[in-house]
Amino acid sequence: MSNEISKFSDPGLPEHVHRKTDTDPKAEKRAEQQVAILFVLSAFFTVLTIYSYIFIKTNTFIFLPIMGDTNAHQFFLGIGLAGSLLFIGFGAVHWAKQLMPDTEVVAMRHEMRSEDVDREDFVQTVKERAGTAGLGRRSLIKRSLGLAVGLIGLTPLVMLRDLGPLPRKQLNTTSWTKGTRLVTDPGNRPIHVNDLEVGAVAQVLPELPTGTERTLENIGTDAVLLIRLRPEDFQLDSERLSWTHEGIIAFSKICSHMGCAVALYEQQTKHLLCPCHQSTFDVTRAAKVIFGPAARPLPQLAITVDSQGYLVAQQGFTEPIGPSFWERSS
Amino acid sequence: MKKSEKIAGSVANYVDERTGAAKWLKKNLTKVFPDHWSFMLGEICLYSFIILLLSGTFLTFWFDPSQREVVYNGSYAPLSNLTMSASYASTLHISFDVRGGLLMRQIHHWAALIFMAGIIAHLLRVFFTGAFRKPREFNWLIGVGLVTLGIVEGFLGYSLPDDLLSGTGIRIAEAILQAIPVVGSYLAFFAFGGAFPGHVFIPRIYTVHVLLLPGIFLALITVHLMLVWYQKHTQYPGPGRTEKNVVGYPLMPVYMAKAGGFFFIVFGVTAFLGAVASINPIWLYGPYTPGQISAGSQPDFYMGWLDGLVRMAPPIETHAFGHTISWNILIPGLIIPGILFTGMALYPFIESWITGDKTEHHLLDRPRNVPNRTALGAMSLAFMLIILINGGNDIIATHFHLTINQIMWFTRIGVIVIPPIVFVITKRLCLSLQRADRELVLHGKETGRLVMLPHGEFVEIHQELTPAQKFILTQHEQPEPLAIPDTDAGGVRNPAGIKGKIRSRMSKANAEQVSAPSETEAKAIDGGHH
Repeated sequence: MSNEISKFSDPGLPEHVHRKTDTDPKAEKRAEQQVAILFVLSAFFTVLTIYSYIFIKTNTFIFLPIMGDTNAHQFFLGIGLAGSLLFIGFGAVHWAKQLMPDTEVVAMRHEMRSEDVDREDFVQTVKERAGTAGLGRRSLIKRSLGLAVGLIGLTPLVMLRDLGPLPRKQLNTTSWTKGTRLVTDPGNRPIHVNDLEVGAVAQVLPELPTGTERTLENIGTDAVLLIRLRPEDFQLDSERLSWTHEGIIAFSKICSHMGCAVALYEQQTKHLLCPCHQSTFDVTRAAKVIFGPAARPLPQLAITVDSQGYLVAQQGFTEPIGPSFWERSS
Repeated sequence: MKKSEKIAGSVANYVDERTGAAKWLKKNLTKVFPDHWSFMLGEICLYSFIILLLSGTFLTFWFDPSQREVVYNGSYAPLSNLTMSASYASTLHISFDVRGGLLMRQIHHWAALIFMAGIIAHLLRVFFTGAFRKPREFNWLIGVGLVTLGIVEGFLGYSLPDDLLSGTGIRIAEAILQAIPVVGSYLAFFAFGGAFPGHVFIPRIYTVHVLLLPGIFLALITVHLMLVWYQKHTQYPGPGRTEKNVVGYPLMPVYMAKAGGFFFIVFGVTAFLGAVASINPIWLYGPYTPGQISAGSQPDFYMGWLDGLVRMAPPIETHAFGHTISWNILIPGLIIPGILFTGMALYPFIESWITGDKTEHHLLDRPRNVPNRTALGAMSLAFMLIILINGGNDIIATHFHLTINQIMWFTRIGVIVIPPIVFVITKRLCLSLQRADRELVLHGKETGRLVMLPHGEFVEIHQELTPAQKFILTQHEQPEPLAIPDTDAGGVRNPAGIKGKIRSRMSKANAEQVSAPSETEAKAIDGGHH
């Protein structure tokens, strides 16, 4: 490229074009009135807000097109508030655009960088001041200060220790043990083997010893989904088959991916679907993952019946339920 | 002197004698701001933040951030006599028994959505126009901090009511904590005060939501604005606008009225949405219990992309030496977001490393004139959109009669294939637009008017652009690729190493441009014309 090539030159700021309100007093007057009308409208809407707050009962419903049955109190309160705010805004902007000066102004920028003299002065000052403190010379002070400041960072960490207990074995345990009865949720009634028809699903919990209150933490580990299929539908190994009873199979309801409740059961395909991330488990194959991000099947609970025909657990879960964690061994 | 002037004078005197503010104010009341609609996006964020502070304060007067169990006996009959947490019960109380409470809740939630949408739009504007370049890198970093904290703040906010939907969100957050190698279970137990859900999490995040994070926001926003003020606003290129000046309207009175008015408009629109558009109807979800869930569980949109990533993750876990690592959670939940946000924060520095450009920039780029950056931005947007689509795969499946599997596979493959394609297409589009600009400057606008010349030839009249239009289309700088030699003086190959090679490649790609027409060229064409 030769340096004869010249770029298109900057024609400079365009000439200012006057607005109608700048030249025509009538237009100016009109704009002034428009601004005033907008502000008065705002005032009107504030009155509507106050009226709605005091006089429209909170349980009044009215029918509005598109919106259907609408709570009148909430609706008019909101419309009043919106109107009172919007019209102040419209008024102010209209005022600025029509009546305030619209000539563009030019201001100069300055480079962010300080002048060389100032920068040198600055460096000089810092060196001088640091020198008077002897930071460079007194290495004993420097090192011990480093130690002190470094250690003090531990304090907040230590102080936060009591935020919660150590996990210990808690992530591995549930309330299920050998012989625990399955009870309905809600209702806490034991479940007879005949209560459940083929194709039925039930959410169950372990029966707790009398006098114990069920907590949300219990539900978060204990929730189990009970599904009854025809026994010939299962494709299970003999051990897992022995964990079922007359076609009734039980899985932890807490997703092995991120702990959501796996609550969607598709009767046709016999798939369980977690609504959070769509992990899909095949009930007939011991809740094997057939789709989605879950990496492990839902833990299966071994069940059988007691002497009265009520469903009970053969044993507790043989693996931790819910999402994975570092200490989990399988 | 009028009486009002006299009073104003004595007040000003009183304040100035104690603060010396007159000098500073005199200078700053006439501060010039350039005018453009896209400069309002940041304003929207600021105003919705103020709305959030106001409406949020109102809500705290009745909200009880406690997981203590209570029996509900308020006026919403379907949930009567149900046991629930005090925070859910008090949210119901605000919604049904406090006058204007539901309106305020909805304004608060809408303002949060507008805040996040505004931040994202503002971020895109800053990115595509190159407003992050020197000297504004600090403000870019603060902005990345604000968008990150905004996501956290929003999540904590909608988790507070402790309804079935938000409780499920907390459960997922707990699983992410728990998945962190070595310390995960400890972190989870410390955060929740024991096993999930415990009784302390809501009160703890309440403090973070209403005190800690808003305080940090306030500090960051203040610094952000002070820097804008001090560095003066960028401006779009145009006649009379240079790197050395700023052209616009003065703060007093024009911008005070416009910006002040705009605050009321943003507030008004939010109030209107709060009045007519129901949002987060927690009474329909019921109180949280870990054993239940509602179908179609969806987070707010600014979390949706993260949920979409988690949904599409392949089911991989490693079990070894008695320990488990959940890649299916760590990669989408922590590693990829970490890379995305770190990359975003570092982008200004990477770009300046590639271009070797260390000068100050106050004139904005037209996106087409920086094809590589624009293509990179479009590519990132495509990535985010695809994972956001997967975050709503269940809703999309039911609405468009597709299966979740189809959407999941489309996005799993698409997230890898589509962004590079978008990059290439965008870059080509930018270059084509540059070519079109060049055409316009050299040959004028096609008017569509056909004229028959005396000897029978038909020609279309081209209308020459005005000098101002020509200037806008040609004023941009055209970077040359960095001259990084392949061999040094002694003939040794590749002296700058692999880093130099990458830099050289990138800088070449970055410099790919259609050369802007010059006046010399235009004259040459004119001379030879007809």
